[in-house]
Amino acid sequence: MSILVNKSTRIVVQGITGSAGSFHAKQCMEYGSQIVAGSTPGRGGTMFEGKVPVFNTLSHAVRETNANTSMIFVPPPGAADAILEAFDAGVALVVCITEGIPVSDMLRVRRVLDTLKGKTRLIGPNCPGIITPGECKIGIMPGHIHKTGNIGVVSRSGTLTYEAVGQLTSLGVGQSTCIGIGGDPVAGMDFVDVLELFQADPNTHGVIMIGEIGGGAEARGADYIKAHMTKPVAGFIAGATAPAGKRMGHAGAIISGGGDTAAAKIKKLESCGIRVAPTPSDMASTLMAMMKK
Amino acid sequence: MKIHEYQGKQVFARYGVPIPKGYPAFTVAEAGAAATKLAAETGSSVVVVKAQIHAGGRGKGGGVKVAKGGAKEAEELATRILGMQLVTHQTGPAGQKVKRLYIEQGLEIERELYLAALVDRDSRRIAFMASTEGGMEIEKVAAETPEKILTVFVDPIVGLSPFQSRQLAYSLGLEKHGKETVAGFAKLCASLYEMFVKEDCSMVEINPLIVTKQGGVMALDAKVTFDDNAEFRHPEWAALVDEAEEDAVELEAKAAGLNYVSLDGNVGCLVNGAGLAMATMDIIKHVGEKHGVAPANFLDVGGGANEEQVTKAFSMILKSPKVRAIFVNIFGGIMKCDVIANGVVAAAKNLGLKVPVIVRLEGTNVELGRKILNDSGLRIEAATTMFDGASKIVKAVGGAQ
Ligand SMILES: Nc1ncnc2c1ncn2[C@@H]1O[C@H](COP(=O)(O)OP(=O)(O)O)[C@@H](O)[C@H]1O
Ligand SMILES: [Mg+2]
Repeated sequence: MSILVNKSTRIVVQGITGSAGSFHAKQCMEYGSQIVAGSTPGRGGTMFEGKVPVFNTLSHAVRETNANTSMIFVPPPGAADAILEAFDAGVALVVCITEGIPVSDMLRVRRVLDTLKGKTRLIGPNCPGIITPGECKIGIMPGHIHKTGNIGVVSRSGTLTYEAVGQLTSLGVGQSTCIGIGGDPVAGMDFVDVLELFQADPNTHGVIMIGEIGGGAEARGADYIKAHMTKPVAGFIAGATAPAGKRMGHAGAIISGGGDTAAAKIKKLESCGIRVAPTPSDMASTLMAMMKK
Repeated sequence: MKIHEYQGKQVFARYGVPIPKGYPAFTVAEAGAAATKLAAETGSSVVVVKAQIHAGGRGKGGGVKVAKGGAKEAEELATRILGMQLVTHQTGPAGQKVKRLYIEQGLEIERELYLAALVDRDSRRIAFMASTEGGMEIEKVAAETPEKILTVFVDPIVGLSPFQSRQLAYSLGLEKHGKETVAGFAKLCASLYEMFVKEDCSMVEINPLIVTKQGGVMALDAKVTFDDNAEFRHPEWAALVDEAEEDAVELEAKAAGLNYVSLDGNVGCLVNGAGLAMATMDIIKHVGEKHGVAPANFLDVGGGANEEQVTKAFSMILKSPKVRAIFVNIFGGIMKCDVIANGVVAAAKNLGLKVPVIVRLEGTNVELGRKILNDSGLRIEAATTMFDGASKIVKAVGGAQ
C-alpha cells in the first residue's frame, strides 16, 4: 500500500519529446512505471522509444490509453496551460516538474484546481515528483536510493527529500511513498493534503516532513498533525541561517514576515508534537527514535 | 527583480495610476534643469530631490529633501545627495551609494496613507492592503495595530471588483475628503490591479499614497518588484536593471545559470538544490558557530549543472577573500556525481586551490565520483554524511587559522 501512485498507475507525459521530458520518461520506464502515452502538440501519431504513442492533445491521449496520471515537463511559458489541459482531460493526478512558472499563471491554475474539489490533484510545480518505491516513479528523483517500506516522506525541497530517503534506506528503513510538493509560493498539494493521505494509509507508519523558510504551509501542517494524526512525525526546517528578505533559490523560500522564519516554524512544529531534527543529518534517526517508543 | 522609484512611477503612468510630475537626474546639472522645467510646468518652485536606491526609508536616512527655492536650491541638495552613502533600515549598515536622483514636484499633503498589492501565498490570491498609517513600516503596523490594516483578496478570474476598492476607500475614511476622492482611489486601485497582472509584479508598495489639499489621490512613492519567473515574457525588463544596485557576484552567477547569495561567513558552499543548499548552511553554522565558522554563501548549482558550471561556481567561491574552506555537498539525482567530481578536479587544477576542500557525494554514480576525486592527487577530503562534512570543515578552518 501507498498513497496516490502504485503499480497500476497509468501515466501520460506532457512534453515527452523535449530533452528533459524524454530523458526522464525513459528513466521512469526503466524504474518500472507504466508510461502509456505522451503528448506534444504537432507530434501526434509518432512513437516514443518505439512503444509509447504520442498524441497532439492530452484529452485524445487519455481517451485512447486510459491514462489516469499526467507528468509534465513542458517549459515555463506553456506549463500552466499544460496543467489546465490535464485538469480538462480529467486525470486524477497531475505531477508538474517544471521550474520557473510565473506566479500569476499559478494563481489562475490554483483557482481552477480549487473548483475541481479533489477530483484532480496537483503535485508541484517546481518539484521532484512522487515515488512509491518498487512500484511507480513519477519525476526526476534517483530511483535506486529508495527502498519499499512504511515511512512517508513529504518535502518542499527536492534534494533534501533525497537526503532524508538516503538516510532512511541506509538505516534499512523503507518508504511507503515520497512526495516533493515543490518550492513555489503557489502550488498544488500542501503538507496538510499529503499528511491526510499518510494518516489514512495503513501501510504508512511514520512520516518525515521537511519544510523551509517562507509561508505558512508548515504551520498549517503542524496544526493538522496535532489535531488529527496518530502516527509519529519527525520534521526538519531548512533556512535557519537565511537572511530576511533574500530569496534562497526557491521562489517560496524568502522570509516575509515574522512567523515564517526557521526558528518560528521549528517552535510551532515542536509545540504540535513533531520532533524536529537538530541537523539535516538527523532526519531519519529522529523519526526512528520516536518510533521505538 | 526590483526597480527604482522613478522607473516604477513610469510604469504607473502607463496604467493611469496618478503620480506627481517628475524627472530622473543623473547629475547636478540635470537636477537643476529638472527643477526649472517642473517650476515652469506646475507654477510652483517647490520640488523634492529624491535619492534613487533599491531600498525604502530614504526619507529618514536623509535621501529625500524639499527645495523651496527652485533650481539653485535643488542643485545644492543634489550635490549633497548624489554620491552619498545612504543608510536606511533596509540597506544594512554599509548603506548604498546614490547614483541617480528623481526630481519631483513638491505637493501639499493632506494625508499620508499606505497601499500595497502583493501575491499572498496563503490565500493564493493577489491581496490589496490599505492602512491609514502612511509613512510607517507596514510590518510594524501589522505587529502593533493590525486593526489599522484592511486586506482584500482578489479572485484571479473575476479581478478586483469595484466594491473591494470601495471597502478599502471607506476603511481609510476617504469619504471625509469628498466623493471624488473615493472615486479617484477606486480608479487608482483598478489601474494598479491591471498593472500588477500585466506587468507580472510580485509586489507593489505605495507608501505613502497621499490625499492632496485639493482632494486628489496620488502615489508619492513606488516600490515595484517583478516576478523573476516571468522574465521570459518581459524583454523590456533588461533595460530597467541597475547593476550598481546588485551584488556583482550574484549577477555573475545568474548569467552562468547559478543561484548565488553572498553571506558573511568564511566557508564557501557548493550544493545542488535550494533546500539542500540551505540545510548545508544550517549544519555548518550548527557545528561551527562556537568556533567562528559560518557559511560565506548560498550556492545552488541546480539539478542539471554541467562540468563548466561547477568550475564556474568554484571560481566564484574562490573570489571571496573571506573563504577559508570549501564544502561541496552533492546529492546526485539528475546531476551525476562523476560530473561534479570532474568539475571539482578541473576547477582545482585550473585555479590552484589554496584552501581545504571537503566533498560529500551521494546518489547517482557515487562510486565513480569518489574514484575521480581519489585519483586526482589533489588534497580533497571526502566526507560520508553532511554532519561528517560539516565537522571536517570546522576542523579545516580551525587548522588554517
Ligand atoms: N513629491 C513630494 N512632495 C511632498 N512630499 C514628498 C514628496 N515625495 C516624498 N515626500 C515626503 O517624503 C517622505 C519620504 O519619501 P518616500 O518617497 O516615501 O521615500 P522613503 O519611503 O524611501 O522614505 C514621504 O513620506 C513624504 O512625506
Ligand atoms: Mg516611502
